Amino acid sequence: MLRLVSTVSRPTSTGLLGKVVSTHTPQCSSAFSATCSRGADITLTVDGKEVTVPQGSALIQACEAAGATIPRFCYHDRLAIAGNCRMCLVEVERSPKPVASCAMPAMPGSKVFTNTPLVHEAREGVMEFLLANHPLDCPVCDQGGECDLQDQSMRYGSDRTRFHEITGKRAVENKDMGPLVKTSMNRCIQCTRCVRFANEVAGIEELGTTGRGNDMQIGTYVEKTMDSEMSGNIVDLCPVGALTSKPYAFHARPWELKNTESVDVMDAVGSNIRIDSRGVQVMRIQPKTNDDVNEEWINDKTRYAFDGLRFQRLTTPLVKQGDRFVPATWENALTAIAEGLTASGAKGDEIQAVAGHLADTEAMVALKDLVNRLGSDNLGLDQPGGNRPPIHGVDVRSNYLFNATIPGVEKADAILLVGTNPRHEAAVLNSRIRKSWLHTPVEIALIGERADTAYGYDYLGDSAKALADFVAGKGAFADKFKNAKNPLIIVGSALSEHPDGKSMYNDLANFVEKNKERLVTPTWNGFSVLQRVASRPAAYDVGFVPSQRASTTKPKFVYLLNADELDPASIPQDAFVVYHGHHGDLGAQLADVCLPATAYTEKATTWVNTEGRTQMGRAAVSAPGVAREDWKIVRALSEVIGTPLPYDDVLALRDRLWEISPTLVRYDTTEATSVDVALAGLKLIASQTAGAKAVGTPLRRPITNFYQTDPISRASVTMAQCTRAFVKGENYGFSEVGKGSQAAFA
Amino acid sequence: MFSKLPRSALPRTVARSRFISSTPSRNSDALFVHRDTPYNNPKIAFEFDAENMKRAQDIISHYPPQYKKAAVIPLLDLGQRQNKGWTSISVMNYVANLLGMPPMRVYEVATFYTMFNREPIGEHFVQVCTTTPCQLRGSTEILNTVCEHLGGIKPGQTTKDGKFTVVEVECQGACSNAPMIVVGDDFYEDLTPKSTKTILDAFKKGMKPKPGPQSGRQTSENSAGLTTLTKKPYGPGEFCQPEFQ
Repeated sequence: MLRLVSTVSRPTSTGLLGKVVSTHTPQCSSAFSATCSRGADITLTVDGKEVTVPQGSALIQACEAAGATIPRFCYHDRLAIAGNCRMCLVEVERSPKPVASCAMPAMPGSKVFTNTPLVHEAREGVMEFLLANHPLDCPVCDQGGECDLQDQSMRYGSDRTRFHEITGKRAVENKDMGPLVKTSMNRCIQCTRCVRFANEVAGIEELGTTGRGNDMQIGTYVEKTMDSEMSGNIVDLCPVGALTSKPYAFHARPWELKNTESVDVMDAVGSNIRIDSRGVQVMRIQPKTNDDVNEEWINDKTRYAFDGLRFQRLTTPLVKQGDRFVPATWENALTAIAEGLTASGAKGDEIQAVAGHLADTEAMVALKDLVNRLGSDNLGLDQPGGNRPPIHGVDVRSNYLFNATIPGVEKADAILLVGTNPRHEAAVLNSRIRKSWLHTPVEIALIGERADTAYGYDYLGDSAKALADFVAGKGAFADKFKNAKNPLIIVGSALSEHPDGKSMYNDLANFVEKNKERLVTPTWNGFSVLQRVASRPAAYDVGFVPSQRASTTKPKFVYLLNADELDPASIPQDAFVVYHGHHGDLGAQLADVCLPATAYTEKATTWVNTEGRTQMGRAAVSAPGVAREDWKIVRALSEVIGTPLPYDDVLALRDRLWEISPTLVRYDTTEATSVDVALAGLKLIASQTAGAKAVGTPLRRPITNFYQTDPISRASVTMAQCTRAFVKGENYGFSEVGKGSQAAFA
Repeated sequence: MFSKLPRSALPRTVARSRFISSTPSRNSDALFVHRDTPYNNPKIAFEFDAENMKRAQDIISHYPPQYKKAAVIPLLDLGQRQNKGWTSISVMNYVANLLGMPPMRVYEVATFYTMFNREPIGEHFVQVCTTTPCQLRGSTEILNTVCEHLGGIKPGQTTKDGKFTVVEVECQGACSNAPMIVVGDDFYEDLTPKSTKTILDAFKKGMKPKPGPQSGRQTSENSAGLTTLTKKPYGPGEFCQPEFQ
């Protein structure tokens, strides 16, 4: 049994769980103490080699630092320490027995041996017991080739068994964990990594261990699916083949796959991913460790929505003739657009371009340049109110970015969520908030629609009035917020789309300015906007927003760049519509000409995440059919229209990106906005929204179905299954206990 | 160790009988997963009665408020007692709710400890100790007697009339009075097949036999009579210098 912290009664002392290692602050890399032990380093000897590690490190970390590889199953440096697999045994001088190095703090001056006969014999003994009940189904096991048990048994396993049980090996029934995780519980070695992950990181406390001893099993005891948007990570964590990916089952072996490191675009976190592909198909997506962004987790949409890349794709240019789409050559399609542009008679701001969720930065820059060259400023975004200039403006970066940075969330000691449910808008970020909530006395409050966030919060209300009350200092949370050292306001991206957005932004800007000595300092910027769409921060960075004059113009020519979330009624009936994208989704239905473009796995482009961190995605597979890279399509079109863009290759285009904003070509870093500029930005918001009156419309969550938010996830079979299982709750909920109206995906 | 020897060095039959071992199947242990049944499902309501609620509050008050989940074992026991000796899923859920902890944490506790019965039991819960000291003193015979006397049931089963449930248990700590059985909360020790039958018959008739050793011993003193303290021990001051007397 693991003793884990429950959501309901969080202990006020912080020492119950081992602090999860947060490597972005080296002082905090203690696996044992909940508080950061500072300064004190200790020196010990591992295999005759001296190493210096921070006090409180586990012995296994010291051994790793000395370059000695320690086999392990249960130990994971981002989870609490369980110490139950015993595989990491090492010999310590003057210790009568081998010690489990994961559960042993490194002691100054101790002499550790990781490569002695005693150690090997001990590990061989452990391995023998693990294998005694492990089925011999490696040939049909999906973990084969990347299985810790398989790998380590090559070194520590015996070639024959000494255990002959008449009744056979232990048999455990498989659990139904929903459409994502396939279980084969006979293979389980009870390392409890999945249980620890589910309870600590994902915040689903339904997973645990039942029974004892040889009969101990992992499960939920009652029949329940694993209702979490982070559940796919337990597949990665499982050191054996007990938990494997259901959509990937029997599809590929790891050695057949080509690995490409890239960036996720399903939300604005910009999780680092590794795309595993075989031939022209993406076989699976796995997280790539990046402590500044996603640690080593990704959410289920990131991991499993890629099968949508196989369906509903646009593979050839389509031109509408009558009420039918007719396949065309690129030349014909581009000519048709040029003719359509002329025929529509669109001039100046009547030419509109709309950038969607999955538009990459290069394409947006090229399209903006093209539209500007045609004399238009009419650049919209496919969100409610996307054809108007955004409330926060785009002149100051800190007005629309997550200034506190994602790792910075863990430093906050009071968090106010305004109009956002981070669990669905940025699931990986949400797990950081949960981590902070578990280990520190952080206070969290929410203004907006109630949601199951995986941590407790004070609910302040769901409308502008609640925010006004908070700003006025009413309520217990406002007092706590006042006394916080690193207060953080997370503003949802939906706030700027809300009817009361102006008044709420006004309240917030004034509040932040009033409390600038705590909220905006050289080391801390507590005003953070959480974007939920991958392309949005880049769109704001390049200024893909309409001018005031353009926003009132009725467009005659509309260019939809990956725009599939817009309201069809916002496009005039007589306008000529071009859809440029990779899926035949909503946008393509409205179009007169469809141009097939590449999805994020097929192009090397720039993405800017909600913190303003520029990251480079990489092409893993080739595009289907005659689909072309997005910026090249725009470039080709510019030629046909007769206003050629001045860049012929991607390097020239990136020079243009640099001209617009140097941050767009400074990869993998965030640049903090200086205090003066940030305050000037807030003043700008305050002055532009001055006098706005709230009408009191309640805030609604922008994402009602986490699993289907963009054309890729809407085309995905797996995501459709998840929607059925978790959002609609079909066939599940057998033993529903303690599930109120706040069901995670209700 | 033997596997390193050449195969011919060991007669095959010997090798087989030596290597094969088996653990007894655990009939008394229920599954470690829950299945909804007509008699055990979360829809069946359970609540502490007024008296137990008072006791529960008292137990909870022993722990700091933020650690009130420490009361899970005593509360489950209280629930089991109120629920006719078994801990249904409703009892677990109720305790979880009362202590403000996720239900799974309660399920973990309830499945870990074997004294929480997760299936209904008879009116009298007969636990026969079969651990080594009891076994040496004839617990196998006692177990067989109990099973036969209750109509030929097997360990883990309940009699047809629902009066008795028999299980084998591990050491209850009454080794000096082995063999022993536990009925309900009481130990019956120093058993013979005859006295076992007497006890069971008494329970059948609705009486409650006197717990403790059935051999006439008071506690665990020597059954062959005293070997020490046979005469009055000397008092304080005896054999001392006169001034201390």
